[in-house]
Amino acid sequence: MKRLGKWGLLPLFAAIALLSGCGEPFLSTLQPAGEVAQRQFDLMVLSTSIMVGVIVVVAIIFIIVMIRFRRKSENEIPKQVEGSHTLEIIWTVIPILLLLVLAVPTVSATFQLADVSPAEEKNDEGKTDALVVNVRANLYWWEFEYPNEEILTSQDLVVPTDEKVYFNLIASDVKHSFWIPAIGGKLDTNTDNVNKFWLEFDGEKADEVGNIFYGKCAELCGPSHALMDFKVKALPRAEFDQWVASMQAVKEPVQAETAEAQAGQEIFNNSCIGCHAVTPANTTPEQARMGPNLTDFGNRTLVAGILEHNEGNIKTWLKDPESIKPGNKMTGKYNLSDEEIDAVTEYLMGLKVQE
Amino acid sequence: MSTNAQKKGFGAVLWDYLTTVDHKKIAILYLIAGGIFFILGGLEAMIIRIQLAIPDNNFVSAGFYNEVLTMHGTTMIFLAAMPLLFAFMNAVVPLQIGARDVAFPFLNSLGFWLFFFGGVFLNLSWFLGGAPDAGWTSYASLSLASEGHGIDFYSLGLQISGFGTLIAGINFLVTIINMRAPGMTYMRMPLFTWTTFVASALILFAFPALTVGIFFLTFDRLFGSNFFDPTMGGNTVIWEHLFWIFGHPEVYILILPAFGIFSDIISTFSRKRLFGYSSMVFATVLIGFLGFMVWAHHMFTTGLGPIANAIFAVATMAIAVPTGIKIFNWLFTMWGGSIKFTTPMLYAVAFVPSFVMGGVTGVMLAAAPADYQYHDSYFVVAHFHYVIIGGVVLSLLAATHFYWPKMFGTMLNEFLGKITFWLFLIGFHLTFFIQHFLGLMGMPRRIFTFLPNQGLEIGNLVSSIGAFFMAVATIILLINIVITSVKNVKVGNDPWGDGRTLEWAIASPPPYYNFKQLPLVRGLDPYWIEKMEGKKEMTPAEPLGDIHMPNGSFIPFMISLGLFIAAFGAMYRLDYGWGLPVLIIGLVITFGSMFVRSIKDDHGYHIHKEELMDDDDNKGVKA
Repeated sequence: MKRLGKWGLLPLFAAIALLSGCGEPFLSTLQPAGEVAQRQFDLMVLSTSIMVGVIVVVAIIFIIVMIRFRRKSENEIPKQVEGSHTLEIIWTVIPILLLLVLAVPTVSATFQLADVSPAEEKNDEGKTDALVVNVRANLYWWEFEYPNEEILTSQDLVVPTDEKVYFNLIASDVKHSFWIPAIGGKLDTNTDNVNKFWLEFDGEKADEVGNIFYGKCAELCGPSHALMDFKVKALPRAEFDQWVASMQAVKEPVQAETAEAQAGQEIFNNSCIGCHAVTPANTTPEQARMGPNLTDFGNRTLVAGILEHNEGNIKTWLKDPESIKPGNKMTGKYNLSDEEIDAVTEYLMGLKVQE
Repeated sequence: MSTNAQKKGFGAVLWDYLTTVDHKKIAILYLIAGGIFFILGGLEAMIIRIQLAIPDNNFVSAGFYNEVLTMHGTTMIFLAAMPLLFAFMNAVVPLQIGARDVAFPFLNSLGFWLFFFGGVFLNLSWFLGGAPDAGWTSYASLSLASEGHGIDFYSLGLQISGFGTLIAGINFLVTIINMRAPGMTYMRMPLFTWTTFVASALILFAFPALTVGIFFLTFDRLFGSNFFDPTMGGNTVIWEHLFWIFGHPEVYILILPAFGIFSDIISTFSRKRLFGYSSMVFATVLIGFLGFMVWAHHMFTTGLGPIANAIFAVATMAIAVPTGIKIFNWLFTMWGGSIKFTTPMLYAVAFVPSFVMGGVTGVMLAAAPADYQYHDSYFVVAHFHYVIIGGVVLSLLAATHFYWPKMFGTMLNEFLGKITFWLFLIGFHLTFFIQHFLGLMGMPRRIFTFLPNQGLEIGNLVSSIGAFFMAVATIILLINIVITSVKNVKVGNDPWGDGRTLEWAIASPPPYYNFKQLPLVRGLDPYWIEKMEGKKEMTPAEPLGDIHMPNGSFIPFMISLGLFIAAFGAMYRLDYGWGLPVLIIGLVITFGSMFVRSIKDDHGYHIHKEELMDDDDNKGVKA
């Protein structure tokens, strides 16, 4: 019986694949890179082990039945058994016990992962001691505001490693969901209310992946839902502080240096600045922040969240955003010639708060 | 109504089916319509798997992909799985309890035509500006933002077909409560009848939540209300609650009848009564009850807070207990039995481990903090396909082979049936097993493409290859059906030889009035009891007498057609001047037909004793 072999091996394959940890380390939930993902992974391993046990028991009974009780003659009439109280009690009570084993850590983790009290305690200045990031999800881009530091950035979330970071999540158009698989489970960004949770980014694991993790939108939000990726730069606390200081230092739009970039800046100021700010202050109202903040654009890891960050891709994106991200909100908002796009690209590449 | 016509022209047959109130013909209508929608949903699935076979694929565009994924889910749940189950419920349940027909034959017909017109309306969206594109869950913020009329097709189409489902559910409840043959007590009902009973009760309580949700959505989109608009004091999370208060019981509406079908098949081909019958019934009722207590586990990441999440996590885990009871009861029904591996039995046997795998991932999903990782990833996609295909679809394929002779009087080819089975089973596991890992590796669901170098290539390719196996299996099943119908070799009462329940005590297909004399039921598996005592047929519980039959009616078709027309009017009311008149005309047709039904006396007709005695001489005459 070929099928019997397959049934017997399935749970084994499952266990091996799970334990070996597959997927890419910057994206996989099976290679947890933070406390939250680790706790969730532990729960996965616990539940998988219990469940593999259940599967093994079922598989053994199943295989015995398949082999022993095939019909041998057309005339055989088996004994008509009504049932067995003993057996029925056994397979009621044992699953209940197994579920209790799973339920206790589940409930405890549910409450611990939802504990955002440090982000609620304000000090004398009205700020929190913990690092808080306000995430605003938009049709197909992400904005990250640091209320204590009074700066904001887009698309690349920058966080310090080895400490709890508290997130307040909201969406400005339709429902999205904020997910960094290697760091921790997702939480929806509703349009109605702010959702809160915390994540922690492991320093050593961050080193292994060059400090970059992948983030995803996990709730269907329109044609480009699949392309609503973002990046997470997890930096040691000192580097994070430097980044914050450099961002805070930008009070006015940085003046472009080369002649072409200056031309680009002028075009930008005429065509683009209505939606895209190039200063990091978080003082403008949400409704006015219609496109990603570009203050640190030159240091981005990706164009539009998905393309490799280089001049060619920026030009492709600016020429026809619709072909890259269908349904995006930038298409048709501006009209630039190829030369103008070249100039704007030159300008954008120079927007860096740090070298 | 012609009762004994031997040969009829195509027009007459068509008219017969358009007006029939016979549960056996309505079953065939459900089977054909559900089958067509199943193939449509399958084609949509193939588009999905072709698009995702390789990274950065351009087989379909992003917007079109969202329409395809939405229609795949919506079609499979509402227009394929449920109607196909209704097909077998209609064909079998009245026979299993020894009834002449369902309690309300007219409503039975109305339920079918409402479902049919709702389904056609929904699918016409492909040709009229684009299908719905917000997923089968149609979460409010996205479904309100969606442009065009796609979502309106979804809301109006599901509203109409939802009425049909509700009517069908009520009809089965009343039928099973009131129409059981003498001696058929509740605790002697076959499991398929029991699960139909519980599933119908779930329909009765779950569908109103969907009806309300869809009404809100329709009014928000077409009539300017703001139930789900947070800027106007509405709330999108309310939609999620309404949808899942319906949506979770819906899963059990699908899986419980599947459990019933497999219970009957396993017991039949093991030649053993169902092990732990009482605990099986108890578990069915308990699953139905708990099914209403767990909806928020679909919303663990919505932000309901740790208290709600913890309560719903534990409640969800509890469902594993009655489900586990069922699994072991099936295994121990086979234990000590005499198992014959017919095609239906192969499906039943394969179902047990397949469903266990879907069930255990269900328990894993119940662990809320881990679910934050699984949720809306391909892990969930794998899980619900394991329960829906591994449970519901396998049961539908099994029932197709098992009940085909009872419905059409001829056996599907066993050899082709087994080929279909193996291809389908292998394809199913190949497609979905690996998706668990894709999800854990960070692949969100409902994405129209994925990028290279994220470790997702191989898994997706394997999954797409598996889908082709299932497609080939379905094609072979269709070929089998054609060959069988052309050959048309007639079979007797009990073609499998191991039939235990009342439906096997009657001719295949049964005469239009079902049992000439209501049978006397002397215990669980009544036909088996008689066979074991050497009898060929059931002992009658009444003397031969006149049988009261309902007349056929075209009114159900007209009532449904009116709503179908009205839906177009409602949808185009704001776009075109003719919208409002069409809305009114449609409603006039519907309510006019209902009025005619109300004032016209229709007492049906009687088949006289003499005619029934004549029938003995020419057995097998079809109505």
